[in-house]
Amino acid sequence: MSNKYFIEIENLTKRYTREVLNIPRLSLERGKIYGIIGPSGAGKSTLLRILNLITPPDSGEIRFDGQPVPENSAARLSLQRRMTLVFQKPVLFKTSVRENVAYGLKARGFKQKEIAGRVGALLEQVGMREMAERRADTLSGGEAQRVALARAVAFNPELLLLDEPTANLDPANVELMEKLIVQLNRDSGMTIIMVTHNIFQARRLAHQVIFLYQGSVVEMGETEQLFDNPADSRTRAFIEGRMIY
Amino acid sequence: MPPLLEGIIQAFKLIITLDPDLMRIVLLSLQVSGAAIIISTLLGVPLGSFLGLKEERKTRLISKIIFTLMGLPPVVAGLLIYLLLSRQGPLGVLGLLYTPTAMIIAQVCLALPIVTGLTMVAVRSTGREVEETARTLGAGRGLAAWTVIRESRISILGAIITGFGRVVAEVGAVMMVGGNIEGHTRVMTTAIVLETGKGNFEFAIGLGLILLLLAFLINSLLYRFQRGGGERHE
Repeated sequence: MSNKYFIEIENLTKRYTREVLNIPRLSLERGKIYGIIGPSGAGKSTLLRILNLITPPDSGEIRFDGQPVPENSAARLSLQRRMTLVFQKPVLFKTSVRENVAYGLKARGFKQKEIAGRVGALLEQVGMREMAERRADTLSGGEAQRVALARAVAFNPELLLLDEPTANLDPANVELMEKLIVQLNRDSGMTIIMVTHNIFQARRLAHQVIFLYQGSVVEMGETEQLFDNPADSRTRAFIEGRMIY
Repeated sequence: MPPLLEGIIQAFKLIITLDPDLMRIVLLSLQVSGAAIIISTLLGVPLGSFLGLKEERKTRLISKIIFTLMGLPPVVAGLLIYLLLSRQGPLGVLGLLYTPTAMIIAQVCLALPIVTGLTMVAVRSTGREVEETARTLGAGRGLAAWTVIRESRISILGAIITGFGRVVAEVGAVMMVGGNIEGHTRVMTTAIVLETGKGNFEFAIGLGLILLLLAFLINSLLYRFQRGGGERHE
C-alpha cells in the first residue's frame, strides 16, 4: 500500500507537570531529513521518544504508512524494529565497540557472518575500525557518538531519530557526523528526524524544518523558505537569536 | 606467652594440618551459606531488577519494606523460622528444625533482602537508560531486561558478595534453628561462640582467622571485578 506520508500525527498530547506537547496534526514524508528546532523545553525530545514508542502519549494517534501503532506487543515490537533513536548522551554498553554495534543485529537474529560483515563495514565508515575491540565505556564523547550512530543504523532502520547528535562534539567530529547523516539519507533513503539546537546545522542538513515552541508546531516548511522568510514572528525571533529562553 | 599469641600459633597449626574437626565446620559453613546465597541470588536478582525498572513511586512501599528487612536482626529471623519449623509450628511436620536446611532457610531470610535491595538500587541508577537504549535497538522485553542485568553486573556482584558476607558471619539465626549440633549443624560462628565459652581459644581463633581469610578473598574478588570492569570481551 502506497501512502503519501510515512508518519502522520493527529491530536497528540503529552503532559508531565505541565503540557509538553500538543500537536493537532503533523505529516512527514519518507526519505527526507527533518530538522526540529526550538527553545529548551519545547517538547522536541519528547516528540522523538513518542515516535520511537518508548514514551506513550496521553492522547492522539500516530500512523506509520497509514497504519496506527498496534496494541499487540509482538506487532508493536515489529514496528519499533523499523526505527531507532540515538539519545543526546548515548548509553554504550560495557562491552566492546564491536559488540555494541552488533547489538541490534543480534536482537533481530541476524546470522553471525552477516553481523561480522555489517559491523566491520560500519566501523570503517565511522572511523572506528581500529578501536573495534576497545571497551565502549572508555571512549571519548565524539567516538561514543560515532559508535552510537553506527549501532543505530547497523540494521538499516527506515526511520532514524537523532536527539542532538552533535551536541558537545568538537568541529572535526561534528563534520564527520554530519557527513554520515547526509550519506545515510542519500544512499539508503533513510528518513531522518533530527532535533538540534544548532540552527546552522538544521539549515545545512535538513530538507524541511519544524519549529516547535511550547509543545506546538509553530511552523514547518522547506529549509530555505523557513530560514529566509519565516511566516511566524516567533520563528523569526528564534532564528534571529532574539528569543530569550 | 600471652594467651592471644598462644592461641594464634595453635590456630595456624590447626589450619596448616587441616584439622578434621575444623575443616568439617568450615565446609558446613560454606555449604549452608553458599546454598543460601545461591537461592537468594536466583530470587533476589530478578526481583531487584524488576523493581528497579519500575517507576520509583510505584515501588515506594515495597522498597521501604525491603530496606527495613536488610537490617533484620539475625535473632529475629531465627526466632521466626524457629516458630515456623518447631513441632507446634505450621511447618513443624516437615521436621526441619535443627537441620542444615533450617539454617539455609534462616540465612535466605537475611540475604534475600540484601541481594534484592542492592540489585534494585543498582538497576534503578542506570537501568532505565540501558533498558530504553536496548529498546531503541529493537530488543524485546526479555532481552532488554537481560541487558540491564548484564550492564549492572558489577553492582549486582557486590550485592551478592555483601549478602554472603552477612550470612557467613552471622551467629544468631543459625544458632537458634540449627542448634549448634556437633558434626551436624555446627558452623564457624556458632563454634567460635562455643569454643570461646569453653576457653578453647586456639580453636576459636583458628575459625576466626579462616572467617577473616574468607572475607579477604571475597573482597579481593570484588575488587578485581570492579577494577577490571568485570569480564573482558573480545
